[in-house]
Amino acid sequence: MNTLQIIYALVKKDLLLEIRQQHSFYGVLLYVVSTIFVLFLAMGSPEPEVWNGLFWMIQLFVCINAVAKSFLQESRGRMLYFYSIAGPRDFVLAKLLFNAILMLVMSLMSLLLFLLLMGNPFIYAYKFIGLVCLGGISLSLVFTFLAAIAAKAQQNAALMAIMGFPVIIPQVLLLMKISSTAFSSVIQAGQGQMIWLLVGLDAMVIVLATILFPFLWKD
Amino acid sequence: MIQKSWWKILSVVLMVYAFTAGFLIKVPHVGNLYESIRNLFFHVPMWFGMMVLFIVSVIYALKYLRNPTVKNDVYSVEYAKTGILFGVLGLITGAIWANYTWGEPWSNDPKQILAAIALLIYAAYFVLRNSIPDIDKRAKIGAVYNVFACAMLIPTLWIIPRLVESLHPGGQGVDGNPGMNGKDLDPTMRIVFWPAVIGWTLLAVWITTLKIRLSLIKEKKLANA
Repeated sequence: MNTLQIIYALVKKDLLLEIRQQHSFYGVLLYVVSTIFVLFLAMGSPEPEVWNGLFWMIQLFVCINAVAKSFLQESRGRMLYFYSIAGPRDFVLAKLLFNAILMLVMSLMSLLLFLLLMGNPFIYAYKFIGLVCLGGISLSLVFTFLAAIAAKAQQNAALMAIMGFPVIIPQVLLLMKISSTAFSSVIQAGQGQMIWLLVGLDAMVIVLATILFPFLWKD
Repeated sequence: MIQKSWWKILSVVLMVYAFTAGFLIKVPHVGNLYESIRNLFFHVPMWFGMMVLFIVSVIYALKYLRNPTVKNDVYSVEYAKTGILFGVLGLITGAIWANYTWGEPWSNDPKQILAAIALLIYAAYFVLRNSIPDIDKRAKIGAVYNVFACAMLIPTLWIIPRLVESLHPGGQGVDGNPGMNGKDLDPTMRIVFWPAVIGWTLLAVWITTLKIRLSLIKEKKLANA
């Protein structure tokens, strides 16, 4: 089998697992719904800036919950099995891809819920939807790599938060700054540059993950 | 090279020069900086030193990944530690400077925020290391994270501050203190600035080599015990 087929097989396996044992997917979904509902009870429909800030903070926590388990659910024996059938690069690429898909779904769900419960403050809705997709993927890539590190350190949830928050702040800052333009008709300079910077960051994380994961994988 | 003494003497000479000349030479008047411009000889070399140390640290981390020895790991960790120290000193000297030129020590300027984030990313490196009891595993995972942290320095310190509006020189729409953007640094200041950069960096390396020797001795004792 070539690399693409292996990655496809691994992603398919994760998707099938997700569909068959639905508790994890619905668990995260329940988390999304209940946090947004609590926010709705607490805030009603807030100002656009608050809306934007809350939305990305919720994305951050959803991402930690959705992605953190990706390496933890693999038991030691199963990891050994993957080791024998696939290379570390294929494995980590498959995980990155699967988590990006998962986070994309979660991001769009929470956007829908935000729009339903907390009002629609947009002027440029399509732009924001595009940014949500890009943002969801960016967050998931960084946290997938950190989850791989945390899983090796065997102290997962707490360590993920400690490592994750400083690392993710630049991306969240960029996302908030770019997406704030979807709420007002004021044109902000250097927007395209910032979007490219985000894409570049994603590319950097993917490259680093493929280079560094083989070292983590060997035990 | 590490055991030689010429570069330590050079470091002392350059530091003495930077401290005396830095306080005595005639400085140009630029905007609202007045005499606080002398902080350039102390604030900027801190960041130069930090960058050099972090880069050396990541080189040893890569070396560890290729060839896992205790020596490479100790070098990587100690360089990162002193790097953090210099980063914190850079933040403090920057805050003192900002107190007189921007009106308050911490004004949530993007440059300040992102420098603090960069240091937090490195702080997480030590938390990560300390959370792993197994020595080999700690070194390996630490080295992997070190490479990642060093890569994160590029957007946080080099790219994003240049894209957003900042009071700090180098950002967009600088009017806090113009005329300080590297290229047009005054020639009289340049003859103190570059020696100061080299002196502080050598001092940082010196501190690190002492700490490396100390922890290598500790390792040896542990291994022989």
